[in-house]
Amino acid sequence: MESLTIHDLTAAYALGALDATESRQYEDHLATCEVCREQLAELGGAASALAFAVESPAPPEALRSRILVSARAERPNVVPLRSRRTAAIAAIAAVAAVAAVAAIGLGIWASSLSNSLDRERSARQKVERLLADPTNTRVGVSGTNTGTLFVGRDDQATLVVSGLERAPSGRTYEAWVIKGNKPVRAGTFSGGRTTTVVPLEHQVPSGSIVAVTLEREPGADAPHGKILLHSESA
Amino acid sequence: MARDLAHLSDEAVVALVARSDETALAELYDRYGRVAYGLACRMLRDRALAEDAVQEGFLAVWRNAHRFVPERAKASTWILTLIHRRTVDIVRREERRRADALELAPEPVTDSADESAWLHLQRERVQSALKQLPDPQREALELAYYGGFTQAELAERLGQPIGTIKSRMFTGLSRMRELLRESEEMAWSR
Repeated sequence: MESLTIHDLTAAYALGALDATESRQYEDHLATCEVCREQLAELGGAASALAFAVESPAPPEALRSRILVSARAERPNVVPLRSRRTAAIAAIAAVAAVAAVAAIGLGIWASSLSNSLDRERSARQKVERLLADPTNTRVGVSGTNTGTLFVGRDDQATLVVSGLERAPSGRTYEAWVIKGNKPVRAGTFSGGRTTTVVPLEHQVPSGSIVAVTLEREPGADAPHGKILLHSESA
Repeated sequence: MARDLAHLSDEAVVALVARSDETALAELYDRYGRVAYGLACRMLRDRALAEDAVQEGFLAVWRNAHRFVPERAKASTWILTLIHRRTVDIVRREERRRADALELAPEPVTDSADESAWLHLQRERVQSALKQLPDPQREALELAYYGGFTQAELAERLGQPIGTIKSRMFTGLSRMRELLRESEEMAWSR
């Protein structure tokens, strides 16, 4: 038998057998331990296979629609109408984007199990406030990552992006409001959070789009970098 | 119900969910809702609570799909883990149900006759792997996973040092993984 160390909490974590405090400690450890992440990827699959060992009566029909209605109420669809072809392409693109982020080592899958990270919580609260405001218009954002642009009635806008990697040293992300091919600066930010929330420094009038490029610190007057993210037309 | 996404992998469907595609969420539910509900029923022994657990679990999938990292886990593992975590939360809240999890006798077969052949095969595979584990390991896995007990509670309940419980879970789960892999290979080579 191998010696028992923090690594051996992996099995208990995979089985959901840690209390809240232990779970948090283990997740913190996981963020820095590649060995555990690999082991969890293996043991996690075996643990979740246990779900298949029990009888599976059919759930009531109503449950499905209740889940879909609740989901819609929480986050109205930002991409409601797309052809299936587009959907498949989008799925491939999204997987590629997720993979790119993963390759850089950001985020651990297990972090989505925990609501314990305060900074994530504060970003989430901001997003929840944006979602709760019925006067905001939501516009889809795609590219290297996915996100949503929230535009208020006064054209004040907030950009929310998922899983954006931290800008390399000496560089900064810069947002642009583009109307009629003319980009206007809308603020710089560094990324590196699960959810990046950027209140834009320039209004987003109807018919314009918002794009993000990577620029040299402290930001440029005109975009030089390639467009990493862009919104649909606001 | 349209199954336009049926040709996509679980991982691709999760990526669509991350883009707030409701059709994709419905697809994931059609793939894993039944297993999720079966698990929650087993753990909670109460259908209304099980429905709550499944609903909360799928909403967690909806909210967190953008955080799913395919390199870290299969999408099915990730989804079932979210469902399991929500169910464990409810089990721990509903203290009284946990003793029932000790009964390891199979539940009366209800209406699982209409389940898919795939689901049936999965169940046989996992049950057969579980049966091959030494009793103490199987007991530790079942009490932890279905009973929602923490390792400290298990140590107390089973009258064993916590180190023993940890190593039973670790060894049992590692062995499960090997057995499942072997049975998968066998299925392919048939």
